[in-house]
Amino acid sequence: MQKTLKALLGLASASTMSLALPTIAKADQLTLCWAAWDPANALVELSKDFTAKTGTEMKFEFVPWTSYADRFLNELNSHGKLCDLIIGDSQWIGGSAENGHYVKLNDFFDKEGIKMDDFVPATVVGYSEWPKNTPNYWALPAMGDVVGWTYRKDWFERPELQKEFKEKYGRELAAPKTYDELKQIAEFFQKRQIDGKTVYGASIYTERGSEGITMGVTNVLYNWGFQYDNPDKPYEMDGFVNSPDAVKGLEFYKALYDCCTPPGSSNVYMVESADAFKSGQVAMQMNFAFTWPGLHKDEKVGGDRIGFFPNPAEKKHFAQLGGQGISVVSYSDKKDAALQYIKWFAQPDVQAKWWQLGGYSCLKSVVNAPDFASSQPYAQAFLDSMAIVKDFWAEPSYAILLQDMQKRVHNYVVAGNGTAQEALDGLVKDWTEVFKDDGKI
Amino acid sequence: MVEKAADATARATPTSVAHRVRGLSDRAIAWLFIAPTITLLLAINIFPLIWAIYLSFTNYRANRPNAPVQNVGLSNYERVLTDPDIWQAMQATAHFVFWTILLQTVIGFTLAYLIDRKFRGHAFWTTLILIPMMLSPAVVGNFWRFLYEPQIGLFAYAVSLVTGIPTADIQMLGNVSLAPWAIIIVDTWMWTPYVMLICLAGLRSIPDYIYEAAEVDRASAWRQFWSITVPMALPFIMLAVLFRGIENFKMFDMVTLLTGGGPGSITEVASITLKRAAFESWATGRASAFAIVLFVAVFGLANIYVKALNKVKQR
Repeated sequence: MQKTLKALLGLASASTMSLALPTIAKADQLTLCWAAWDPANALVELSKDFTAKTGTEMKFEFVPWTSYADRFLNELNSHGKLCDLIIGDSQWIGGSAENGHYVKLNDFFDKEGIKMDDFVPATVVGYSEWPKNTPNYWALPAMGDVVGWTYRKDWFERPELQKEFKEKYGRELAAPKTYDELKQIAEFFQKRQIDGKTVYGASIYTERGSEGITMGVTNVLYNWGFQYDNPDKPYEMDGFVNSPDAVKGLEFYKALYDCCTPPGSSNVYMVESADAFKSGQVAMQMNFAFTWPGLHKDEKVGGDRIGFFPNPAEKKHFAQLGGQGISVVSYSDKKDAALQYIKWFAQPDVQAKWWQLGGYSCLKSVVNAPDFASSQPYAQAFLDSMAIVKDFWAEPSYAILLQDMQKRVHNYVVAGNGTAQEALDGLVKDWTEVFKDDGKI
Repeated sequence: MVEKAADATARATPTSVAHRVRGLSDRAIAWLFIAPTITLLLAINIFPLIWAIYLSFTNYRANRPNAPVQNVGLSNYERVLTDPDIWQAMQATAHFVFWTILLQTVIGFTLAYLIDRKFRGHAFWTTLILIPMMLSPAVVGNFWRFLYEPQIGLFAYAVSLVTGIPTADIQMLGNVSLAPWAIIIVDTWMWTPYVMLICLAGLRSIPDYIYEAAEVDRASAWRQFWSITVPMALPFIMLAVLFRGIENFKMFDMVTLLTGGGPGSITEVASITLKRAAFESWATGRASAFAIVLFVAVFGLANIYVKALNKVKQR
């Protein structure tokens, strides 16, 4: 009997130990979820300091951009515990706040002395606040990003091309200040022979599957006066989304696509656009600023051969906001440890190192530092771009709104169906239906 | 049906095994064995179907689990059946299914007919032809994207060589008229070998003595083909059409990789629309209604088809 009792006790102890051991190991580990891209690699490097300081191991779940939203929104909607921390896209903030996916950070910020005034205002509104322009914070601005442009500085500086351009357009061949100038430059380079190779004017976003063409089109439309709704009457979209100026902006985007992009540009987003530039196909490239450090380091097109400029102006001057904030997932069992990571990440010296490693800090002390603009060749263009940002809807129904716009604008710009007016009228109709379903109209 | 299966299992259980479990009848033991499978089937097939039917009558959204779920009657079905985008997706699906099946059946049967003749190296050619269907659709989608690339793609180069059209103008994936055909070409390239295999099985099942008798009756090769080969291989061809039809009706991966449903929505087949409604728009109720409509359509068509197949087999 005693033997049996001892055996049972031994078995029970062994089971308890075997169950407890992984728990002990896991308590010192946090999982951070983000997109698989260059800044994520920089964050892995940066987070080694956090591990060294706290002993907490960092595990990373990085998903390619094309399935980033699908994967992590599924995870959040199913209340999964995979991610303790998530760097979620700016447009997710409304849904994640209203559906309880993110931990509200106001009390934590107050307790730890983290002030949102220390961050670039546009990033606070874009990445942290819901409802917008209210002091309700659901994320710490983590990665500033914005759509801007790169150009082949070495081609622009060629005397023979400068001369020809000046004769044709009566001005210097330089980074464009307006979209009309940009189109002229793109036309100038389209199908031109440079070093025995046919090159093209510009690479712009046209991707259909996720958010590509919307990011490109809005980036242009804002400058023609496109507005999401009546500033005095939220959700009133007729006459704003489809205003005559917005229609002209969309017509311009199609004209740019038709005249000046490389063949086969019907499904281009970040990777394809960067590839077109890196392979020496295009003179200019629309892309998010996160691609700039990598392009600058590129052996073939980087260094002195590349230049950067913010989104050109037209009647107005805006650029499409990218980037993300870092949030604590409310379903995590390690919320306290995750908050400690955010506390560490918010420190000025950590933010300074974040910028050095290739991440785009949103902390004012970093971006307003006297040597910031000269710290990298793209730093000034980044600063100028971040000063003019505007974002897509961040409503809980953003995914439906995005899908509607993808369909409408791709159908007009790439497929060539209908007119710009019909596309934007259709968009107003779709979006009105979404907001009616949401009970907001 | 289940009871019959249970009886059959009970009968098949060796007496020695049955006697070992005291206090349980043969029938109970049989049920014990079948229960896990039935439970699994109910859990992963029947329950989700019933649940989807229930959801299709509600305004449920999977991304808003805390929102009150309201019964909306038939409005999801009404919306699905009157939505022009869904009808466009159904048309794109019908176009894709019709042409892929037609091409795969014609080419697959022709290849099977040729391969069926013994010739030198026929095993090598059979293996070579089968390679495409052994590849993953993700791989196929990606490399055809490169083949279709107007600037560096071999496809554009070959077409340009034959037609003299500049490669830059051969935009298979970006042109509204060409994109649906680009997908049909890839699917046909990948799955014709599968149809060929089934047809080959059909051709090889035809006994030689029938052809010998036809020879004795001095039937021409043409007559033998139409009076013996085609009728006897027809059940197999129809089976191949059924399999490919069901597969292509739910085509998703290859289209997503090649065009993402574009340009515009010209290649947005029903499965992509359904996925977008369910997992991007999170309109779970409406997506469930759409899924049920698709299920009923496929189930109905497949049933009619299977009845026709049985009739052909009985001839």
